[in-house]
Amino acid sequence: MRFPVKRSENAFICLKNRDGPNENCKMTFVCTNGAKSETVKEGVNMTFISNLINGISLGSVYAIIALGYTMVYGIAKMLNFAHGDVIMVGAYISYCASSYLGFSPVLSVLLAMVVCTVLGVAIEAFAYRPLRRSGSLAVLITAIGVSYLLQNVALLIWGSNPKAFKSLVTFGSISLFDGKLIITAESIVTVIACIIIMVGLSLFTKKSKMGKAMRAVSEDKDAAELMGINVNVTISLTFAIGSALAAIAGVLLCSAYPTLQPTTGSMPGIKAFTAAVFGGIGSIPGAMIGGILLGIIEIFSKSYISTALSDAIVFAVLIVVLLVKPTGLLGKKITEKV
Amino acid sequence: MAKDKMVPVPSNSIVPERDVDKTPILETHHLGIDFGGLTAVDELTLAVGRTEIAGLIGPNGAGKTTVFNLLTNVYQPTRGTIMLDGKSTARKNTEQVNRMGIARTFQNIRLFSNMSVLDNVKVGLHNSIKQPLISSITRLFGYRASEKKSRDEAMELLKFFKMEDMANHQAGSLPYGAQRRLEIARALATHPGIILLDEPAAGMNPSETAELMENIRRIRDNFNIAVMLIEHDMNLVMNICEGICVLDHGKVIAKGTPEEIKSNPKVIEAYLGKKKEAK
Repeated sequence: MRFPVKRSENAFICLKNRDGPNENCKMTFVCTNGAKSETVKEGVNMTFISNLINGISLGSVYAIIALGYTMVYGIAKMLNFAHGDVIMVGAYISYCASSYLGFSPVLSVLLAMVVCTVLGVAIEAFAYRPLRRSGSLAVLITAIGVSYLLQNVALLIWGSNPKAFKSLVTFGSISLFDGKLIITAESIVTVIACIIIMVGLSLFTKKSKMGKAMRAVSEDKDAAELMGINVNVTISLTFAIGSALAAIAGVLLCSAYPTLQPTTGSMPGIKAFTAAVFGGIGSIPGAMIGGILLGIIEIFSKSYISTALSDAIVFAVLIVVLLVKPTGLLGKKITEKV
Repeated sequence: MAKDKMVPVPSNSIVPERDVDKTPILETHHLGIDFGGLTAVDELTLAVGRTEIAGLIGPNGAGKTTVFNLLTNVYQPTRGTIMLDGKSTARKNTEQVNRMGIARTFQNIRLFSNMSVLDNVKVGLHNSIKQPLISSITRLFGYRASEKKSRDEAMELLKFFKMEDMANHQAGSLPYGAQRRLEIARALATHPGIILLDEPAAGMNPSETAELMENIRRIRDNFNIAVMLIEHDMNLVMNICEGICVLDHGKVIAKGTPEEIKSNPKVIEAYLGKKKEAK
């Protein structure tokens, strides 16, 4: 069975919408419950399941982005608001590599990761490192400045016309229950990528030498330095990992929602930041849980409540969570020793 | 050089071979630091022998911890030089000074309290375990061997402090005395030439203090390194230190063996004298 909306039409619909993932693009994942003879109940179940899958898939992208926020926050104690725009750069790089240079999907993702890693490390070294000892407000404003800088440089290079991102996932979707439930290849790849990244990153931070150094720096920068850990290298590594993940997230995001323009990264970036806070900023499993919950809430409020209100609902949930548990779902309790 | 040394090596030293090499591991010359208009430390000239246990004492606010912060380049000195094993530590950062061979503990414990006991020690081993980033990420290319080496070495250190059965506990959940020992183990993991202990006996009961004294001697004898400690517990200082330096208002008022310090009128006036009155 085919999609209800063809890929090209789908892209066209998306081109008319400015802010990245939006309700029209959700068409990629909708249940194609064409058979009218089926009972209503079964149809509802199928819609529910396909919404859930869409939610988990979108949430996985948020989770991967949220990792970048949460790791940088945990280690450098700063909010890197330029992170969302690194996603956009990653998507543009892989777009150019696959469309203009004819790279294979895997190669173009790798190129995007390399470019974003260099970009992330450079942003840290030139914009944030000189401000390491100054107040957090100065760094925050700088991060917002870097975010606009990236958007405008992208505007200069690639122009304001949205590009129709060709999905890098080349195999087809899976059709279940006689085509009543279609799972797109993009969502499968996204979820698998998210799981691999989560497991890999957890093992890295828990077990490896550099991971332990990162945790040490995140707990007590000065004490770590006195143990002979190079804090600059550790922070650079954190930015490198976060930015490489941002490149992957950019490709996955644009494969599912194929509009690419200089502002593509900002809304997912802010939502992923919300997800990181939601799950407890600084915590890696928190970013995962926060991201996926946020994705599910977003898709469900779009399909059951209101597409227009979905973002408002997402942020309202954040406010409620923070009121009840200010450190987020998995956030550490901050206790001051007296 | 040798005459700057705080005290000569005691002739009745337990390990006769010790300090064959007379060059001190740590020397400072006319070290001083100003904070704005306040001179926190001034004209500090001392030397610590290669395997000496040295004490730095003085009333509260005398500038003892500031000296430690200067030695580890947490503060950059305004005047003077610090020589570690004959090499100047000027313009080095804290991390490089640690690699050159100075490790320290803190007055208020600063463990990585959310990490396990074992991981705390492994963090200390950071620079002595070779594990390229590629093997950290891929878990291949000698990853297992390096992790095993780091684990073995960390367990060895924990055994030294009789903490091997606590290896998987969270550092922050340990009892106070164990946290103090872990902090010393973590500092030793960096393979220092000299370890600086900032009030290691603070908050300990007499039996814990006795154990600590024993441990400090064992550290020196086993690892063949110098120990320099700040301490208010005079019993501990007078018992284990071979050389003592007394600071008051940022200036050295006396240097010498415990016997010399005990009978020094200046010290009694500035420090011990007050204690007597209190009794």
